[in-house]
Amino acid sequence: MSAAHNTAVPFETGLLDKRRALRTARLSLPLRTDEDVVYLRKHVREHAVAIALSLVDQTKLVTAASELARNTIKYGGGGEVHLDDMLDGFKKGICLIFVDDGPGIPDLDLALRDGYTTGGGLGLGLSGSKRLCDEFEIDTRPGEGTAVCIIKWKR
Amino acid sequence: MERIPILRMGDLLLVTIQVDMHDRLAMTLQDDLTQRIVSDSAKGVLIDISALDLVDSFIGRMISNTAAMARVLDAQTVVVGMQPAVAITLVELGLTLHGVKTALNVEKGMALLGKNHF
Amino acid sequence: MSTQDYAARISQIVQDHQSGIGAEWVAQLDALTVRSNVVSKEQLRNHCQQFLAAFANATRAGELQNIEHRSWDEVRDLLADISSSRARGGSTPSETATFVFSLKQPLFAELRNGFAGDAEGLANASWTVTTLLDKLGLFTIENFQRTRDQIIVRQQQELLELSTPVVKLWDGILALPLIGTLDSARTQVVMENILQKIVDTGAAIAIIDITGVPTVDTLVAQHLMKTIAAARLMGADCIISGIRPQIAQTIVHLGVNLEDVTTKASLADAFVVALERTGTAIVPKSARA
Repeated sequence: MSAAHNTAVPFETGLLDKRRALRTARLSLPLRTDEDVVYLRKHVREHAVAIALSLVDQTKLVTAASELARNTIKYGGGGEVHLDDMLDGFKKGICLIFVDDGPGIPDLDLALRDGYTTGGGLGLGLSGSKRLCDEFEIDTRPGEGTAVCIIKWKR
Repeated sequence: MERIPILRMGDLLLVTIQVDMHDRLAMTLQDDLTQRIVSDSAKGVLIDISALDLVDSFIGRMISNTAAMARVLDAQTVVVGMQPAVAITLVELGLTLHGVKTALNVEKGMALLGKNHF
Repeated sequence: MSTQDYAARISQIVQDHQSGIGAEWVAQLDALTVRSNVVSKEQLRNHCQQFLAAFANATRAGELQNIEHRSWDEVRDLLADISSSRARGGSTPSETATFVFSLKQPLFAELRNGFAGDAEGLANASWTVTTLLDKLGLFTIENFQRTRDQIIVRQQQELLELSTPVVKLWDGILALPLIGTLDSARTQVVMENILQKIVDTGAAIAIIDITGVPTVDTLVAQHLMKTIAAARLMGADCIISGIRPQIAQTIVHLGVNLEDVTTKASLADAFVVALERTGTAIVPKSARA
């Protein structure tokens, strides 16, 4: 077992603090193994239930989280995810920020196209997650890393 | 190593997925099913996902691949019990599960397999 | 004079002249109230008497600023009841608040008598009473709103239920007539309901009839397509019926791809197709002879 897990990923991204004013709590989790993905799904589901998202919205959020978590591990070489509870006036939401210090995405437009994949997958992770959530933002620098932020609000 | 149990009923294989599968477990299931189709001379595979509240692209691909491999081995695959929330999410995700037959429940799934047997 | 003393004095005045204040109050309300069919004279008198008694008790406890204090629980509960029943009966929020505000005049009259010769005392007492009654009046309005909101939510749910009736036409064949205008939010909820009903009834085919939908825009058309795709993923199939000429035009105009979806103008035609698909046919009796 290695020394105490250091969750700080060196990729400096502004996305981590973008909506800071609306954040009421942050849970940071490592993303390195298959089990980490399952663990994340559980947490996202719990938080989604806690803000009373409809069953369909819960499912969409957890599915998007699963896709992006897998991307972080498979293409980013592992990283971390931050699960933020959001409050905008009376509107509750959940924000997930996936960060890795992998190779980054060279052609973002191409990557966001349905079906495009470099890893033998279905190529739906990025584009699909975008469709499943209310807000989607990506910050990637080739050679430095990638950060993806998704937000789902309680309707 | 944990595995998802595969039951045999005549020349049908029945799998009930009840846990939140991590990717490795899904791959193991795919391998196990393919092996069992051969070793049990199965003609049909019924995958029950009524307990799954999540199907993402990886699991979707696992299901499609399993069905494709089964077909090569002359067996039919039917997936049953997909929850509405999962179906809606898959449509939004853009996942079509092409080449996979589906049915609302185990009973209908078996009927579907029975029909196309011969 | 301390707050406690004021409180005791006001409370005493109210108690001593309860019936007099009550009668004057009812007379005020009679003169002001537009709708007298919501609350009967009898009920009104009861409400007033009960309120005055509770008001006297509450003021005696000495807390004259904070109506959330537990000494005011009885008064608040009473006002909540009165407010809710008036809300359900169709009163306006002002009418309900007027119930409280109209107490001022009769009460001030008695205060003037009770504090005769004590100008400063009277001024303080009047101010205290007026702010108290203002707060209580506002409380009734808030309560009124809350009740109305609850009624609206309940009505919305009932409307939603009504808008997705399910008709079992035959074994494994459901008809789901959609009624009314479909906005994007409502359409999503309705679609989820349709899919759930397909699961609940185990139907092989769902006929979505849109005769009762006046217009179909791109979003609604997209939702319809997505619902059909989802139903297929689940193992059921859908037929759309009730497509009127105008809607057919809109669909073509919007470029919605209906290639692999069966559409029929009438529910009857859709039913026949559904029967065929499930392996059933309707044969006239004479043919069997």
